[in-house]
Amino acid sequence: MSTQPRTPGTSTPRTTPASVRSFSEVSVGDALPATTVHVDRARLVQYAGASLDRNRIHWDEPFAKAVGLPDVIAHGMFTMGSAVTLVTAWVGDAGRVVEYGVRFTRPVVVPYDAGADIEVSGVVKSADPETKRVTVELTATAAGEKVLGRALAVAVLD
Amino acid sequence: MPVNADFQGRVYPPTETYRVSAAKIREFAEAVGSDDPVHVDAEVARARGYADVIAPPTFAVLIAQQCDGQLIRDPEAGIDFSRVVHGEQRFVHHRPLTAGDAVVGTLHVDTVREAGGHAMVTTRTELATEAGEAVCTATSTIVIRGAE
Repeated sequence: MSTQPRTPGTSTPRTTPASVRSFSEVSVGDALPATTVHVDRARLVQYAGASLDRNRIHWDEPFAKAVGLPDVIAHGMFTMGSAVTLVTAWVGDAGRVVEYGVRFTRPVVVPYDAGADIEVSGVVKSADPETKRVTVELTATAAGEKVLGRALAVAVLD
Repeated sequence: MPVNADFQGRVYPPTETYRVSAAKIREFAEAVGSDDPVHVDAEVARARGYADVIAPPTFAVLIAQQCDGQLIRDPEAGIDFSRVVHGEQRFVHHRPLTAGDAVVGTLHVDTVREAGGHAMVTTRTELATEAGEAVCTATSTIVIRGAE
């Protein structure tokens, strides 16, 4: 809870309706601003509750190790869902992502103390002037290894 | 027990209605770190042309995985959940899932196949409103690891 007094009406930062990125300012090969997603056990518990995916391998270390995993692993869907925020932020409206698919190539191992960092970057692979659709290929790595494969998000621009 | 290949092509009846709430959208958006105000501020959402706050692109998994449960929990399918790994996931959105939507999911078992001692099952959940408007197609491939 914040102890800072706040002016009424400004307690939550509000942006005016974001302007959606214009198709005309995008070129194939453009790189999206890269980001790092930090994930720890608390975040996995939060995601488990939000998504209703309560599989113990995502929060119970003895259980995860008993079924042969090196440690607790992140939900693949957490990685998929957090990685696409790179695209939605760049587009300017989360509702513009019309297709999104990934392969889960390796688990993100989340140690108790340090958690894990997922490095996410993206490149515009194709752009269709007819439909103003752009396809972004995402790369997500943790501990130096790719954790998503064939990660493609299609967004409709203005 | 091997996965039952007879399930390929099976289509389940539509599920009970899932009501998309603003509270669940907010919770999910916070959990994946999506800070677009369109998930939490109905005025922002309406200014962008949506009826109410909209869900992040992967929110539909919440409903789709409940649909998948019909297959995974079916003893006849022969799926050992303790050996299941998520292999692939894909969404096609016909429009964003929006607070207030009442949606039903229809589960299709598209393929059941064996590869390298493992079984791979691809399911497709078609999410539509109760009125029949298509909202999202969620496709998932799970890998059931074979016994060593």
